[in-house]
Amino acid sequence: MSENWARNPGTALQRDRFEDVNINRTAAERRAANIASGRSVKKQHQAAWLLRAIQCIDLTTLAGDDTPGRVRRLCAKARQPVRHDLLSAMDVQDIGMTTGAVCVYPTMVRHAVQALQGSGIPVASVATGFPAGLTPMTQRLAEIHYAVDEGAAEIDIVITREHVLLGNWQALYDEICAMREACGDAHMKAILATGELGTLTNVYRASMVAMQAGSDFIKTSTGKEPVNATLPVSLTMLRAIRDYGEQTGHHVGFKPAGGLRTAKDAMAWLALMKEELGAPWLRPDLFRIGASSLLADIERQLEHHVTGRYASADHHALS
Amino acid sequence: MNIKDIMASMDYGPSPEDQGAAQAWLDAHDRRLGHFINGAFQGAASADLAVENPATGETLAHIPQAGQAEVDAAVKAAKIAFGPWSRKSGYERSQFLYAMARGLQKRERLFSVLETMDNGKAIRESRTADLPLAVRHFYHHAGWAAMAETEFSGQQALGVCGQIIPWNFPLLMLAWKVAPALAAGNTVVLKPADLTPLTSVAFAELLVEIGLPKGVVNIVQGGAETGALIVRHPDIAKIAFTGSTAVGREIRRETAGSGKRLTLELGGKSPFVICTDADLDAAVEGVVEGVWFNQGEVCCAGSRLLVQEGIAPRFLDKLRARVEKIRVGDPLDKSTDMGAIVSARQKSRIENLLANASRQGNRLEQSSCALPEQGHFVSPGFFADAEPASEISQVEIFGPIAVTTSFRTIDEAVDLANNTGYGLSASIWSENINAATELAARIKAGVVWINATNVFDANAPFGGVKESGFGREGAREGMQAYLEAIPTSRSKPAKPVDVDFSPTRLGEGPLDDALDRTMKNYVGGKQARPDGGASYVVRDHKNRPLGLAPLSARKDIRNAVEAATKAGAWAANAHGRAQVLFFLAENIAARASELISLLQNMTGTGKSEAGAEVQKTLERCFYYAGMADKDDGAIHATKPRHLTLAVKEPIGVVGVLASDNAPLLGLMSLILPLIAAGNRVVAIPSPAHALIAQALYQIFDTSDLPAGVVNLISGDRDVLAKTLAEHDAVDALWYHGSAPGAAAVEAGAAGNLKQVWTNAGTATDWFDDNVARGRQWTDMATQIKTIWVPYGA
Repeated sequence: MSENWARNPGTALQRDRFEDVNINRTAAERRAANIASGRSVKKQHQAAWLLRAIQCIDLTTLAGDDTPGRVRRLCAKARQPVRHDLLSAMDVQDIGMTTGAVCVYPTMVRHAVQALQGSGIPVASVATGFPAGLTPMTQRLAEIHYAVDEGAAEIDIVITREHVLLGNWQALYDEICAMREACGDAHMKAILATGELGTLTNVYRASMVAMQAGSDFIKTSTGKEPVNATLPVSLTMLRAIRDYGEQTGHHVGFKPAGGLRTAKDAMAWLALMKEELGAPWLRPDLFRIGASSLLADIERQLEHHVTGRYASADHHALS
Repeated sequence: MNIKDIMASMDYGPSPEDQGAAQAWLDAHDRRLGHFINGAFQGAASADLAVENPATGETLAHIPQAGQAEVDAAVKAAKIAFGPWSRKSGYERSQFLYAMARGLQKRERLFSVLETMDNGKAIRESRTADLPLAVRHFYHHAGWAAMAETEFSGQQALGVCGQIIPWNFPLLMLAWKVAPALAAGNTVVLKPADLTPLTSVAFAELLVEIGLPKGVVNIVQGGAETGALIVRHPDIAKIAFTGSTAVGREIRRETAGSGKRLTLELGGKSPFVICTDADLDAAVEGVVEGVWFNQGEVCCAGSRLLVQEGIAPRFLDKLRARVEKIRVGDPLDKSTDMGAIVSARQKSRIENLLANASRQGNRLEQSSCALPEQGHFVSPGFFADAEPASEISQVEIFGPIAVTTSFRTIDEAVDLANNTGYGLSASIWSENINAATELAARIKAGVVWINATNVFDANAPFGGVKESGFGREGAREGMQAYLEAIPTSRSKPAKPVDVDFSPTRLGEGPLDDALDRTMKNYVGGKQARPDGGASYVVRDHKNRPLGLAPLSARKDIRNAVEAATKAGAWAANAHGRAQVLFFLAENIAARASELISLLQNMTGTGKSEAGAEVQKTLERCFYYAGMADKDDGAIHATKPRHLTLAVKEPIGVVGVLASDNAPLLGLMSLILPLIAAGNRVVAIPSPAHALIAQALYQIFDTSDLPAGVVNLISGDRDVLAKTLAEHDAVDALWYHGSAPGAAAVEAGAAGNLKQVWTNAGTATDWFDDNVARGRQWTDMATQIKTIWVPYGA
């Protein structure tokens, strides 16, 4: 799906846009729970929503034992995420059903690019000393350049948590601006590692700084923190995106990562996007889900929708 | 619609809850439902009142309307059942309440679908609010029943309780009424609203299933006339009512003098205060849950939005965007946020209010959502900039419409929040704990939510102040409303002394008073001549003139109430109150001999008896000096990470009408618990022995008692009582006079629904510590404010 929105150019660091904002955790949890329990999508609609979820997945492998072969398998799955007979049964065999992207470590980018040749599926690379982000700045920027040179169209950077925890907003802003510059034409997703930021108020403030520094997406987690994407954290980031949009007119995307494992999770996040931001954020140009095992559960749900029988994982291809 | 189209629109699509089981249940009853009296279903044959599904207009069933015969039968069954039921062990009663909780849980779907079909509320709310809260209430009270012998020793059940519930939360209100009544050992005659009877019948079937002894719970169907029959029934010990303030007033008048206990949970126009430092998106969701929950048909709806001026435009923009996201429609659809208004009548009532307000120049902003063609639907919305002076800012809409106005400072927010006859709830939004807790302390309401709204729990007392009613439901405080102290002795009728109040004739002054002293009223810390400029003769026990007392009238009461109202600072400092009460004791001791001879002269009592009265008064001062900083509230265990405080607050300005027996001790036994708790008092001393006031105010003057905390007005008890009862700035009344006088003040109090506590025409033995002092007295002198403080960084 093509991009509808101009990239976020960022703004100057504007502290007054976030320093007075406080997020009430209990209220955020309550709202998140209400969205999850208050929207029910069934039958045809559920199938359509799940297909859309697949289109938004950044199919991911970020493990120390990744190999070219493993990455090639993942890319094959990204090209053909759902069995063809199921797509035909749902009459969507012709929509070019793929995942949103494939997400790998920088040294795996070239294998992914090769495997995805001609598919139109972008390759995303993590960078900047993922996951902790505590390598020196020169190396972190060099890593971005490397990944872009290898063919990555999207770069998932990690921020220095210290800057958030100590309230060094200028340092955080400068760091992300430099990374955005290093990305060039590649789209930048800023991973906030929300599980390490302590409070939702910090999540909001870090989101704002990341957007002011020109992030195309803000992303919850590396998948390596003790707590990754949660609905209350996502809600807080979406409200920051909304506020930023109202202030600047720019659209910033959102990517929850880590912790979304079931079709039900995907439905809850889609409902959250729809309620808090609206229809434009239900497409892969503004919404991505960082996941590795989610797809398998969605496939089984889709098969159940088509056949009326509960599905076996054995009937769906591995990535 | 094919999947590709849906992928383009990403609509939610329909997600209907299955109503098959509920329809089958109705069919199985031939769609005619009846009463449940003495364990049997009856009256279905004469069912003539249609029960409508407000979302579709479909007639779901018919119910009969109980007349005198049915109500008599129900009360009789409850009366017969009361003895055995109240004598059961707490454990035995507990088992039945536990079975009710389990039974509801097992049929959660049938009950929630019935509730939604009957009331029009969204199925999501039936399932996530009504049912779980009802179940929780029965569990909680199964616990109270099991603990009753130790937790409520010395107390007993009241008898047959008449319970009248509204249509907005039919099953939940049934649970709130039935569970505590049964746990305490009472039996029940309950009348559901005639608009929403379905779940009460299903509940009655559950009672048959669990083998509840017949007559313990009786359910009669019908409308206001049936309700009136219950209210008037002589064999009912207590009326518990939830509904409108107007009907609450009628019930207050109707039960006056009947000896029935009364708790009323009435209407509201609750403030919803949003401070500059609030989490604005959270506050917007608060409005959704406060005003657009249950179609706004919620007594504690936070429907009066007070927004701090600097953030008001931004907040209203967010609210405008949010209201568009509310999904209004088929209540049985699982993605519906707001269902149908309960009836055509209620809908047109709402629409008339909105139309009038718009005509008066208020700007209504409503969601542009499409409404179903059938059924009684109203779009959610709000009036932006509805000034406090506009009518729509004052009346309860009971629909999904808020009013908004702005404030500048916390002080102004308090003033605006309290600028209403109601006092049910308040919702406060601020991330600054100092601002939030100050608002919570100063807003007059029975329930306060900080950074939350419409949060409930069976262990959090719920109920109002001012014209939102009195009495609490839930927690230990709610149990207390269904219990009374076991009387220790047979009550004797009070014998008020006849007093001739005709103005004094000249030359009829005191006979042999060496020092001619002029007694005056005591108002605002000063001696004040009565407005009418007249006196009456106070006589001794041999009918000889003893002195002249002011013959006071309406304006003297008015002045005293104004002085008392100004003395509000008295409530702030518990230790300060204790000090004053100790000092008061000291000064009474210093004047003991004077008080003793005055008592002897007035009442003809012996010296040792008069001495004992002074001594007992001293002891009571000490006792309540002790209580002043120890009559604590509670912290209730409710939900995770929700600090739930039950704060005991003074009621406010309280009128006191003292008895003729023990004129010093009786008067002070009424005044002391009230002022210890922080109230201000306008007291009428025994008219026959009014000279006691003269001695007392001189003592008050020397005891650092702040001006206006106690005001003493002498005159005809029942004349002054009427003025006090009808005075809208008097918050409660304690009356110790004749039985007809007690009835009159209860009826007179219906105006502002002040709490009235009378001796019901019996004499109180003021010397008996078990009767005339204690927690019961400070409980009556206070009201609970439940403050919810959710926390989490």
